[in-house]
Amino acid sequence: MTKMNRISALFAEATEPILNVYTTAGYPHFEDTMTVLTALQEGGVDIIEIGMPYSDPVADGETIQQSNQASLDQGMSVAHLLTQLKDLRQTITVPVLLMGYINPVLQYGVEAFCAKCAAIGIDGLILPDLPMAEYEREYKAIFEAHGLFNIFLITPQTTDERIRHIDSVSKGFIYMVSSASTTGAKTGISADQEVYFSRIASMNLKNPRLIGFGISDHESFVKASKNASGAIIGSAFVKLIGQATNLKAEIVDFVQSIKGKI
Amino acid sequence: MSFQVDEQGYYGNFGGAFIPEMLYPNVEELRSRYLDIIADPVFQAEYDALLKDFVGRPTPLFKAERLSAKYNAKIYLKREDLCHTGAHKVNNTVGQILVAKRLGKNKIVAETGAGQHGVATATVCALMGMECIVYMGAIDIERQAPNVARMRMLGAQVVAAKSGSQTLKDATNEAMRHWINHPVDTHYIIGSVVGPHPYPDMVARFQSIISAEIRTQLQEKEGRDYPDYVIACVGGGSNAAGAFYHFLDEPRTALIAAEAAGKGVNSGHSAATTFLGKSGVLHGSKSLLMQTEDGQVIEPYSISAGLDYPGIGPMHAHLFESGRGKFYGITDEEALVAAVECSQLEGIIPALETAHALAVFEKLQAKPNEIVVVNLSGRGDKDLATYQNRLKLND
Repeated sequence: MTKMNRISALFAEATEPILNVYTTAGYPHFEDTMTVLTALQEGGVDIIEIGMPYSDPVADGETIQQSNQASLDQGMSVAHLLTQLKDLRQTITVPVLLMGYINPVLQYGVEAFCAKCAAIGIDGLILPDLPMAEYEREYKAIFEAHGLFNIFLITPQTTDERIRHIDSVSKGFIYMVSSASTTGAKTGISADQEVYFSRIASMNLKNPRLIGFGISDHESFVKASKNASGAIIGSAFVKLIGQATNLKAEIVDFVQSIKGKI
Repeated sequence: MSFQVDEQGYYGNFGGAFIPEMLYPNVEELRSRYLDIIADPVFQAEYDALLKDFVGRPTPLFKAERLSAKYNAKIYLKREDLCHTGAHKVNNTVGQILVAKRLGKNKIVAETGAGQHGVATATVCALMGMECIVYMGAIDIERQAPNVARMRMLGAQVVAAKSGSQTLKDATNEAMRHWINHPVDTHYIIGSVVGPHPYPDMVARFQSIISAEIRTQLQEKEGRDYPDYVIACVGGGSNAAGAFYHFLDEPRTALIAAEAAGKGVNSGHSAATTFLGKSGVLHGSKSLLMQTEDGQVIEPYSISAGLDYPGIGPMHAHLFESGRGKFYGITDEEALVAAVECSQLEGIIPALETAHALAVFEKLQAKPNEIVVVNLSGRGDKDLATYQNRLKLND
């Protein structure tokens, strides 16, 4: 019997809204990956999502695209990242997800990638361009054999029927995209979006939900968390670390301000 | 072996729909409805009438006597350059705008490389009174200035894609992002046989008019409805898909594809995907893709903006892998020589893309009685600046 996935344990035990922060691997500088992770944990983040950079990230807006390119320009790759993360669990205790596009994973080899993720203590994957039908046909068994949760997205346009199906296939949580957009395209939460959040909340899904896209500060974090277990911040954080002069201190401050602790 | 798309959207090992959830509702709506929409007799009548009266179809199948004499074969040119807007691209945009109307969309987004697909999209949007946004790589905007002006004259908004290599791949990324951000009122008219299922199949069907006409025209001219060879250039592969379509299951016809080898297949400045690519996912489908060991997409190079793409449609990847299609890599120089030859032997200035297909004669070694059809996919007006520079026409 393997021990409970860290994501499940977190949602089972959480008493406050959960904050998941996305960061691009090897950004702002190639060797910063572990520094950023450590600072995020120190600030009190609940889940860390590490972006594996890709040359053609179609679901991402300008901020994350540019961070991906900057990281690739410094030589980042899936293989390098997995090496940087080899001692992850000596310092990081919070759940860690790897986010990225399917092609680099395919080239690394799906089986080898999952085995490596399991060995270093990755809890789940977010691969936005891996469609559910493909996942169920070819990947599910491999992911599950390595104890990795695959996190699916839903959007305001996803039908109830499809949401039910995604809920039945999902483990860990469902990633609710707050509006029809790429990452970082919009900020703030509108009244329409709150209607969508509460519509999904009333579906009584078996999986908890985190809301992402458009969350950038304490106010939007609190609003999103009213109708979900918490929220995900990406572009706002990547923007911050791209400009930070004192990386560690600014990350700790950022996390604490989102959570309303300062 | 089947060369048509299967139920799951695959051609052999290639195809599928690798799209983020944000695009799923639109792509799924299209997938579940496109075949019924296309099969509807009212749609067919409207499509056929526009092809005839607006596009100017059927395009001629011209016996190129002087090229035939030079290469000692019966060479025919399928004159897609005579289509309204100057290339085959409009066959697809006419079809897709009619599909978009039936899906209740009133805005169109498109990507373009050489600008031919952008012009063809802007044209049908003007015709149907739809709003049109075209993404085009910043570098392509520079080298295809006449087409940018044409799109703007037609009322389209042309937006420069400034990410990555600033060419067709990046224009496609930007068009997809635009669609993600405008999912309800917008239809994305992809210009080639690439993208998530059902795009490759839908675009191939709209371009298949090319090979349907070739069959009828050859029957009239040669007393048989198939050639020994069909030659077409391949970037994403839409004109080739159309020229091959009705011959896919005709074993007597060899299917010949010309890819852009740029400065040489192994020069590091090339777009010859079947020579340099391996299986990977880009723009929503699994196909052959030029990429690094880490799966990052390699920025391609070709003198021709329309062939400057790191992938290839999944149908063509399957034709390559199965051996049904034969692929040649044609360099910039070879294409330029072929462009001059076609201009001076036949009085037809071809597009740079098309010139890659014309350069295959030199390598084909057809026999005297064999029938060779080349898809003359576009005219060369848009490439005059490149021709002037490279061929020193002003000296």
